[in-house]
Amino acid sequence: MATTEEEYAASGLQIHPMEQFVVKPLFGNGPIEWYTPTNVTLWMAIAVLAMVALMVLSTRRRAIVPSRAQSVAEMIYGFIHKMVEDVAGHEGLKFFPYVMTLFLFIFLANMLALIPTSFSTTSHIAVTAALALMVFLTVTLVGFYRKGIGFLSMFWVSSAPLILRPILALIEVISYFVRPLSHSIRLGGNLMAGHAVIKVFAGFAGAMGVASVVPIAAISAIYGLELLVAAVQAYVFTILTCVYLRDAVGDAHH
Amino acid sequence: MAIDATGEAEAAVGMPQLDFSTWPNQIFWLLVTLVVIYFVLSRVALPRIGAVLAERKGAITNDLAAAEELKQKAVAAEKAYNDALANARTEAAKIVAAAKAEIQKDLDAATAKADAEISVKVAESEAAIATIRDGAAAAVAEVARETAAALVAALGGSVDAKAVTSAVSARLKG
Repeated sequence: MATTEEEYAASGLQIHPMEQFVVKPLFGNGPIEWYTPTNVTLWMAIAVLAMVALMVLSTRRRAIVPSRAQSVAEMIYGFIHKMVEDVAGHEGLKFFPYVMTLFLFIFLANMLALIPTSFSTTSHIAVTAALALMVFLTVTLVGFYRKGIGFLSMFWVSSAPLILRPILALIEVISYFVRPLSHSIRLGGNLMAGHAVIKVFAGFAGAMGVASVVPIAAISAIYGLELLVAAVQAYVFTILTCVYLRDAVGDAHH
Repeated sequence: MAIDATGEAEAAVGMPQLDFSTWPNQIFWLLVTLVVIYFVLSRVALPRIGAVLAERKGAITNDLAAAEELKQKAVAAEKAYNDALANARTEAAKIVAAAKAEIQKDLDAATAKADAEISVKVAESEAAIATIRDGAAAAVAEVARETAAALVAALGGSVDAKAVTSAVSARLKG
């Protein structure tokens, strides 16, 4: 690693695409304890403020004919409400605030991460893994609580030929436990890759003089793509949460 | 790579995602954030938005129902109007017929009365004519008698009144 850095430095290219992801204390330079206020804290707090502005301040007038901001809040509400109802089933609506929390946090964190010089909290595996594990534990616990041992029947594909069922059950169990992994890496990986690529192009732009028009154009294009990724990944994470919840609360047809 | 020393982190950061020393910090603040968001959403935002949506849905449903009711009323009013119109027409036709019948009756009565008067007048006239005619006939007979008596006297005969009268009467009958 150190040698490549030196090579970059020698060629005048100073590209540190991963530096933007470093977790730093907000005050001073001390060690990072679990309670230390860091840039993670700052940007999560900004996400909370954005959420309050979007969902609480915009709806404070409770207008029958909504303002623009209130329509946005209502649209998000309707969108997630319908998603939970359609995908997880009517029983899943008990988890609507929970799903809404996940969606808004991921969506806002993804969007805030696109502000230049911001810190991308959802590009960290620690965050996405925690989110995915929360979903995994919720689904598993709720599933056993509601269905008891019958929850395990989702691994036993009764529509398959008897001889295939043990094999399928093994595959189902493995896929069940892989869920949090794919669930978290998908989100974190997408965010991290996009931001790193933008940073790499930005590094080129700094070193290419007039020709840096090309990387800047590329950054603009990738930025547009990243806006899409930010929204789509929040959507994907949320809808997968609903799909998993369906196993726990609905009559799962696997 | 994952176990970058803090001193080296400035130069080569590797993948900060895999720097497990920051995981407890991130997860702690994530949980704080999620709890805050969850409480704000479930206590304030979601009930409020849900109430607004329900209220709007109710208002729209009510308005639609009111519109439907008004439409029904309009239809009923139109029907009532048409019914009233039809009734009025029937009534008018009835009145016209009654008036016609009455007029006809009056006319018939007047006609009958006029006929009666006419026939009375006719009878009277006929009687008068008959009287006049009789009078004329008598006058003719008188004149004839006197003329006959005068003629007889003029011719030198003696006037026998009885004979002249019978002769004139015989002639008049003949």
